[in-house]
Amino acid sequence: MNPIYNQQVEQAFDAIRQEAISKTKAAKNEDIPEITIGKATCGLAAGALDTESAFKEALAEQGIQARMKSVGCIGHCYAEPIVIIDHPASGFPPIFYHQVTPGKARMLVKSFLLDHDPLFEHLLGAMRENEMIPQVLDFPRFQFEKRIVMEQSGFIDPGKIEEYIARGGYSQLVKVLQSDPEEIVQGVKRSGLRGRGGAGFLTGAKWEFVSRAEGKEKVIICNGDEGDPGAYMDRTILESNPHQLLEGMAICAYAVGAGRAIVYIRAEYPLAVQTITQAIQQAEALGLLGKNILGSSFDLEVVVFQGSGAFVCGEETALIKSIEGERGMPQHRPPYPAQSGLWGMPTVINNVKTFSSIPAIVRNGPEWFSEIGTKTSPGTAIFSVVGDVVHPGLIEIPMGVTLRHLIFDVCGGIPKKKGFKAVQIGGPSGGCIPEALLDTPVDFDALNHVGAMMGSGGMVIMDEDTCMVNVARYFLDFTQKESCGKCTFCRIGTHHLLRILDRITKGEGRETDLEQLETLSQDIKRGSLCGLGRTAPNPILTALRYFRDEFEAHIFEKRCPACMCRQLTAYYIDLDKCARGCDACVGSCPVEAIFTTKDRKKGIDQTLCVKCGECMTACPEEYSAVKKVSPPDLAPIVERPDK
Amino acid sequence: MITLTIDNREITAKEGATLLQVCLDHDIYIPHLCYLEGMEHAAASCRLCFVEIEGVAGPVTSCTTIVKEGMVVKTDTEVVRHLQRASLQLLLSVHHVDCAHCPANRKCALQDMAKFLKVGLKPKYLEQHLKEPEIDQGHPYLDYYPNRCVLCGRCVLVCKNSHDRPFLTFAKRGLDTVISFYEEDRAEMPCDECLACVEICPVSALMKRKVG
Repeated sequence: MNPIYNQQVEQAFDAIRQEAISKTKAAKNEDIPEITIGKATCGLAAGALDTESAFKEALAEQGIQARMKSVGCIGHCYAEPIVIIDHPASGFPPIFYHQVTPGKARMLVKSFLLDHDPLFEHLLGAMRENEMIPQVLDFPRFQFEKRIVMEQSGFIDPGKIEEYIARGGYSQLVKVLQSDPEEIVQGVKRSGLRGRGGAGFLTGAKWEFVSRAEGKEKVIICNGDEGDPGAYMDRTILESNPHQLLEGMAICAYAVGAGRAIVYIRAEYPLAVQTITQAIQQAEALGLLGKNILGSSFDLEVVVFQGSGAFVCGEETALIKSIEGERGMPQHRPPYPAQSGLWGMPTVINNVKTFSSIPAIVRNGPEWFSEIGTKTSPGTAIFSVVGDVVHPGLIEIPMGVTLRHLIFDVCGGIPKKKGFKAVQIGGPSGGCIPEALLDTPVDFDALNHVGAMMGSGGMVIMDEDTCMVNVARYFLDFTQKESCGKCTFCRIGTHHLLRILDRITKGEGRETDLEQLETLSQDIKRGSLCGLGRTAPNPILTALRYFRDEFEAHIFEKRCPACMCRQLTAYYIDLDKCARGCDACVGSCPVEAIFTTKDRKKGIDQTLCVKCGECMTACPEEYSAVKKVSPPDLAPIVERPDK
Repeated sequence: MITLTIDNREITAKEGATLLQVCLDHDIYIPHLCYLEGMEHAAASCRLCFVEIEGVAGPVTSCTTIVKEGMVVKTDTEVVRHLQRASLQLLLSVHHVDCAHCPANRKCALQDMAKFLKVGLKPKYLEQHLKEPEIDQGHPYLDYYPNRCVLCGRCVLVCKNSHDRPFLTFAKRGLDTVISFYEEDRAEMPCDECLACVEICPVSALMKRKVG
């Protein structure tokens, strides 16, 4: 490297950093309170905007001056809308409030900001150690997590580049711009980082292919086409810390010699698109992206491409086709994108989380990273945990942690004292893992071994009331609809799998169905063109492997053990529990199937009942008289008195 | 030139040739639908031309395999035939089997393969699924029969090759995928004269519309 460049780069960046630091310092006025609101999509959906305007109105009414700050998501989605109030004059540390409704917001302004009473009943914890309020960092969730990618998520304003820079952002890019590209590639390779999109290919090896590939022009693509049902890792990272991703991408582009970068985000993520677009503009304005970055003569043009929402476009070759303007259909590999990708150029495609891990690896060194997690899967894993779990949300844990620890310790276990049934990992093409295998560590190889996969980080927890046949059917319905239609096995095979599962859940299963499900699944796995088809049967295969008895109950006894499949279930009212004269269920029934018996209790007319379950919800908890039973003919017959 | 072994036969082939083409050139039949001689990138979508290669895990599609010196290939193993039958049966399960009234009768790729693989035209275990409507007459000159179509994509490819851009395309997705047409000014469409797509179709899913 030319030493003159080095000096120039350092000097140029130093000026930017100094300005960023003084800008953030000036903004943080110690004399007035600061109200921080999480405004990523999860916060907005929970009503963060209403909360924000309630704060503003109340502040105006009370005549209090306070600074409103917007941040991304801190990962505790169960607690949204989340507000952190830093009110130095009150003598309290910054406090974390959960589920802050507009009403609570008005209350906080009056009680806390004005009267210095932090409303202990509404707070979750303090943001730093103190003698009055327990610190959130001491809570199990914070203790067990290890945040590398999400370290600053929920703490910095994603719309302000100076906050990222003031906390050390972009200095890794500056460091990299002064080093040999090959050294960077080898460093990433040594760190052992594996692609976080699902397949787990060694990131450094991919970069090496591209850096050594022939071809004048190279390109890098960030795959943010997150499409798994219930998954939101990439969205949250894009919305909470866009500059970390851009820094990671710039480091990659420099290392492999690419002059162009594309961030591929699905159009259903409008906030993510807006956040990253704004971030690119800010970085370009400061000369951290674009032409001649910090005077180093390295150019990188970054653009955002909005995908139209086809799940299959998350597959790298289909993604490339869709950028090229063609129908998003996967292509046979080889050639791999690293050899011939977008417009025939050698292309690096990495997931949002992969790129976002890069700045930390450069900062702390490959050895630091490889010591986190397990030997074959170093680093941290980010999961969006949803379903029947006490604390759903986004978590970042070191690889190698067991599923049991993740579900029960980090996320608080199963709500309503129900039993655990299964955890589905890896999105629609992942597998369902039963209780007996909960001690499986979270890493690429161990999860593959039990028939699931790491995937990009979707995790659905299911309690004892879940029917595994129905779950398999749900995921197959998804992949079947999202198949691009190109290859025979995926297009037609998944349709037949779905038909068979449909039949089984309706009580029309046949003796030969299980064998056929297995054979067809294996054929689809073997014969399909791309990863979507090759993994689509996984939910069925794992369900058959671990929950075969449920399939058999459906087929041979026409019984759904979880009482979930409508055709195989009936509702009835337990007359011993039903309260005389109570009419709660009657009004809830949309089809007037509930009648009053001679002794003023209730019965359900099975010929009219549509099994919506409304009566079960309506029945007061102290009676809990509405019961489910499978097969339906086990429901006791209650005679309807003549009108 | 390179030498390889296919089904215990020593064969010399041109470097860079695809394994499927080499086999076909030497009268070793491998069922296939989407492959066309000379195509630059094989679509590999019909999932029929599987073979097994020594040292390679699992069956691979021969249309995407470039021959290599010393390669040892088996085209007739149990695994290969199982997959080929499975694929053909899937295609037949969404195919309107009505050979007596089909113009492709006796020159139909599906019939040939069914005979070769000893597969009945009406699969035993799979439920038949047919699309609606039986004929799509959206094109000014052509009739499209979605229940005959095997979606091999040959028509799209020849159309693209015959003109500077395609007039045909895949549309919809999953099981609903069909061949469709770009909306065009009738006068500018070369279709009345060309008919390359009709000729290339292995199952008579595209036919010139009879006038009158």
